[in-house]
Amino acid sequence: MSTTTGASETVDQETALELRTAQAHGTSWLGWLVQPTVIVAMLVGVVIYVQTANLGTVEARALSLDSVRRLTVQHIQVSFMAAALVVVIAVPVGILLTRSFAKPGTPFVIAFANAGQAIPSIGLLVLLALWWKTGFWTAVLALTIYGILPSLRNTIVGLQQVDQRLVEAGRGMGMSAVRVLGRVELPLAVPVILTGVRVSLVLIVGTAALATFVGAGGLGGLVVTGINLGRGNVLIVGAVLIAALALLIDWLGRVVEEIARPKGL
Amino acid sequence: MSFWDYLSDRRDLLLFLSYQHLSMVVQCLIAATVIAVVVASLIYRNSKLVGLAAASSAVGLTLPSLALLAVLVAIMGIGVWPSVVTLAFYAFLVILRNAVVGLAGVDATLVDSARGMGMSRLSILSRVEIPMAWPVIMGGIRVSAQMIMGVGAIAAYVGGPGLGGEIFSGLSRIGGANALNSAIAGALGIAVLALLLDLALVGVSRLTTSRGIRV
Repeated sequence: MSTTTGASETVDQETALELRTAQAHGTSWLGWLVQPTVIVAMLVGVVIYVQTANLGTVEARALSLDSVRRLTVQHIQVSFMAAALVVVIAVPVGILLTRSFAKPGTPFVIAFANAGQAIPSIGLLVLLALWWKTGFWTAVLALTIYGILPSLRNTIVGLQQVDQRLVEAGRGMGMSAVRVLGRVELPLAVPVILTGVRVSLVLIVGTAALATFVGAGGLGGLVVTGINLGRGNVLIVGAVLIAALALLIDWLGRVVEEIARPKGL
Repeated sequence: MSFWDYLSDRRDLLLFLSYQHLSMVVQCLIAATVIAVVVASLIYRNSKLVGLAAASSAVGLTLPSLALLAVLVAIMGIGVWPSVVTLAFYAFLVILRNAVVGLAGVDATLVDSARGMGMSRLSILSRVEIPMAWPVIMGGIRVSAQMIMGVGAIAAYVGGPGLGGEIFSGLSRIGGANALNSAIAGALGIAVLALLLDLALVGVSRLTTSRGIRV
């Protein structure tokens, strides 16, 4: 029992901290420009490095525009497919778990999801690859399982923190339960849910670097090539590109959160 | 060979790898906690630095572990050090964020009354503020413990110690004998270690939280 309550305490605390750091992040116009500047600097650095460095045939082939473009597209495809599945699963399940009939089960589901998070991402990927097959869908499935917790958690917390008086006022005005959910609860929970989806997405994009181990491609391929062949420059270009992509997705997520926040909140 | 046969067959090796994994994670956690609490104590009274710490922690945590490991391998070479630095780095970011938020959130009237009692700046920090912020800091330690358990598995790819090696050896022998057993042993072993460490940290958290604010 103590572990269950302990887990949900940390969960609420985590969400609260995420929100607070999110608010601390984008207060001024200048604050919004820092991250894109860093990303552009990273990309420009990579391009200059690749153009000027004296590359051997192996490096030149690995870092050719075609190869990098293909890996980037693979990386984004795997990530976005997994993120889409996360949203499609986590938001409805989160809504279900906050309905009054399902409330007693919520701590157990969160504890279960938390415990599932203890399985390392690479372990999940490799196990699925061994049990099932290698390739795109294995990576998508593993990333979906691995990335679902933040979205699920924030959907639940976001809906729970809606003032119950507002829900009752809605019901008192003659709105049906479904209508109250759609017109009152969800709009009020949107900022918290979106933060969860962004955290899931960034987690997925970062973890997708491991997709290359199960034959699903992606930018992790550059890092693996670099390590296996002992080519430090391929490895560094791969690492910088993965980091830049994760930062870019994170920034875009913050922008969407800012724009999609319902007016009046 | 069934999974149980595999476990009993390699009991000594698996126990040793588990010990290595746990030991690496715990040492990185301790180092990260000490550094993070010291840094947080230095900056928490300056709201600009607090914002900067929170923002850089958020950005730092978006950096994928494979990318960070790769860069460190390029600098330090294959071996234990890139793994240790990577694990400590992520744990530091999480704990720093929690420590800064926890310290900044201590009720100002408490600090005032401590000063009124004649306590020095340092003893206010060590006897009032850090104990008050401790549950939040412990929360950060628990979250980062689970996180770096998993990062430790990836670190095995660049020569890091621990159970991650079992996962990668399963992957490299895909289709071969014991491939699945070895991957399950690695993945489940790490999950079990993570849950055990979390339980232990709950216990530590109870024991180290000041009695007056214990829930």
